[in-house]
Amino acid sequence: MTPDQTIQAKRQAAMAVLVHANTDELARRVATLPAPPHRSIRAPENGLVMVRGRVGGDGAPFNLGEATVSRAAVRLDSGEVGFGYVLGRDGEKARLIALCDALIQSNNHGDALEAGVLSPLREKLLAERERKARQAAATKVDFYTMVRGEG
Amino acid sequence: MYVAVKGGERAIENAHRLLAHERRGDQTVPELSLDQISGQLSLAVDRVMAEGSLYDRELAALAIKQARGDMIEAIFLARAFRATLPRFGMTEAVDTGTMQVQRRISSTFKDIPGGQVLGPTFDYTHRLLDPTLAGGMVPQRPATAPVPEAPMPRVTDILKSDGLIEPSPLEEQGKPVGDLTREPLSFPADRDLRLQNLARGDEGFLLALGYSTQRGYGRTHPFAGEIRFGEVEVEFFAEDAGFAVPLGAIAVTECQMVNQFKGSATEAPCFTRGYGLAFGQSERKTMAMALVDRALRARELGEDLVAPAQDEEFVMSHSDNVQSTGFVEHLKLPHYVDFQSELGLLRKLRAEFEQAAQNENRLREAAE
Amino acid sequence: MALIEELGSGFADKVRSAQSTFRAVMDAMARPGTVQRITAWLDAPPPLTAATAAIALTLFDHDTVIWLDDAFASSPHIAKWLRFHTSAPIASEARYATYALIGDPQGLPDFANFSLGSDEYPDRSTTLILQLETLAKGPALQLTGPGIKDREILRATGLPADLAGRLSQNQKIFPRGVDLILVAGDGVAALPRTTRVTPIEA
Repeated sequence: MTPDQTIQAKRQAAMAVLVHANTDELARRVATLPAPPHRSIRAPENGLVMVRGRVGGDGAPFNLGEATVSRAAVRLDSGEVGFGYVLGRDGEKARLIALCDALIQSNNHGDALEAGVLSPLREKLLAERERKARQAAATKVDFYTMVRGEG
Repeated sequence: MYVAVKGGERAIENAHRLLAHERRGDQTVPELSLDQISGQLSLAVDRVMAEGSLYDRELAALAIKQARGDMIEAIFLARAFRATLPRFGMTEAVDTGTMQVQRRISSTFKDIPGGQVLGPTFDYTHRLLDPTLAGGMVPQRPATAPVPEAPMPRVTDILKSDGLIEPSPLEEQGKPVGDLTREPLSFPADRDLRLQNLARGDEGFLLALGYSTQRGYGRTHPFAGEIRFGEVEVEFFAEDAGFAVPLGAIAVTECQMVNQFKGSATEAPCFTRGYGLAFGQSERKTMAMALVDRALRARELGEDLVAPAQDEEFVMSHSDNVQSTGFVEHLKLPHYVDFQSELGLLRKLRAEFEQAAQNENRLREAAE
Repeated sequence: MALIEELGSGFADKVRSAQSTFRAVMDAMARPGTVQRITAWLDAPPPLTAATAAIALTLFDHDTVIWLDDAFASSPHIAKWLRFHTSAPIASEARYATYALIGDPQGLPDFANFSLGSDEYPDRSTTLILQLETLAKGPALQLTGPGIKDREILRATGLPADLAGRLSQNQKIFPRGVDLILVAGDGVAALPRTTRVTPIEA
């Protein structure tokens, strides 16, 4: 992968964790970081995205219905521009995601972000997914359970 | 200083006050919270999101509270709120193949890769009202089991690999995806518009139509190939960022109906399909949607159009409950002038009727 | 991906600015010939002026296709700014445009290049937004028609010399045809397709 593709993949992977975070926890964790001077270039705003599905699950696309989305953008004084997009109407969450996205692009803050924010949130997300999957797995029908019969 | 207020305005203001009072009900009873509605009446929230065509649990919960539980009124509120928000764009199509499955069943095969996962379902309950739910019941913690490593492929893919079932229609690059929120509906409508229309259509209407196809109004011999419910990740190509950004996850239900085989002189017969997809855990909705989707493909599959569920214009023009209630409830608006002219016409006709009756009597008398 | 250049900000107070700008454009359309004031302030990428930019932020969105004339297209910041703030798609062909931003009105292409609407949907025509030098002085045009009591005089510097003729042709295809929004300084005026325009000899 080219350096640009690598950094893009890192940003996408980080966003994939951040969008699932609880806003209060995200705010607390980000507050522990030494945040460099930055300013908003897009104040958080709410809007819609049209969600698309596919005919048959894997065929031609169709419009399913809209979902609310918040978005924001921040610019570090050092020049990096971060974007935050997240389902729902939580402008603060979008702003925090944008800030993290900017930090991940900066050489000075990536490690602190990973350790203080991304790593713990990723762990929580995976644990939650695992928990739900285990609950579903318990409802899987086992057609071959052996039952001790009479005689 | 007195301000002149029209009599109607005051009545309306007072009606709204009375409504707010009735909505709150007995103030010694705790007020409903949006968390309670979203968490404990989650299927109601799912329906409002699906038919309101707006995925936002909190907004749907608020709509239900504001509408005092009147679902179509809540759906109306959700639709109206949509109009206040700008659209940023379209998402990448969600991939139900990578769903975090909570429920997945098939009636076509007993043993399927990934298994039959029941999930949280009413299917096996005995439908006996449970008085313990009246209050204070703390549910048991859910059972857990190791998560199987086995993948969960689509049942339709299993049939497809043997050529037994028609493939999904291919995506045509560059072809715009129909959007009935932007273009007025015209017929015949393509499948993408039909599915969008059905996805936000009234569950009761679609359920009745789906039922009708099973009772002989259009015969499609359906089997539930697969129903799955869970969360799918949503991605959006953000132009300002320059790449597809993850937005989070939404809960959807998907239903694949397997229907009677169709062949031709040049092609071997194979199963045909109906598809249903909706926000939330909306199983009945997606099953009905898939039945109606298949029925509406009658034209495409060269079948005789004999049943209401196959009539595209009938189904699609009447499936939207906000549209339907708009016109039905508009009858409450003053129609005074229309009615006066109706009265006038009626009186004239009655006078003519009387006159004709009198004339006939006179003729009869004269003849005697 | 390269770092994004400094982008001008949008409205400081989105709701009020959009509402007041919309009102100004609406009043200009309803009373052709009058000059309404755009009071919203924002940082616009030159050569786009603040008033033109305000109208863009108010009227453009994800569904409105935009066409830029050479004067505006030659400045890549403008397209970027529009896309960032409005999500509006920018087309290379004028005939698909919902709105056309014209930075050089004297070079205004023939109306036939734009969308003229259809008989079924005459409103699906292009609205042309012309950024002018001034609406305070210049060659005078006499306006009559709906929204005008008797007549109005509109003075403008920078309009194409043959505009009255073009608008007369435009009227022949009514209800189809284009509408014009004229912006200069903080003023906005409009020439909807219903207005009859005749030049007044100086």
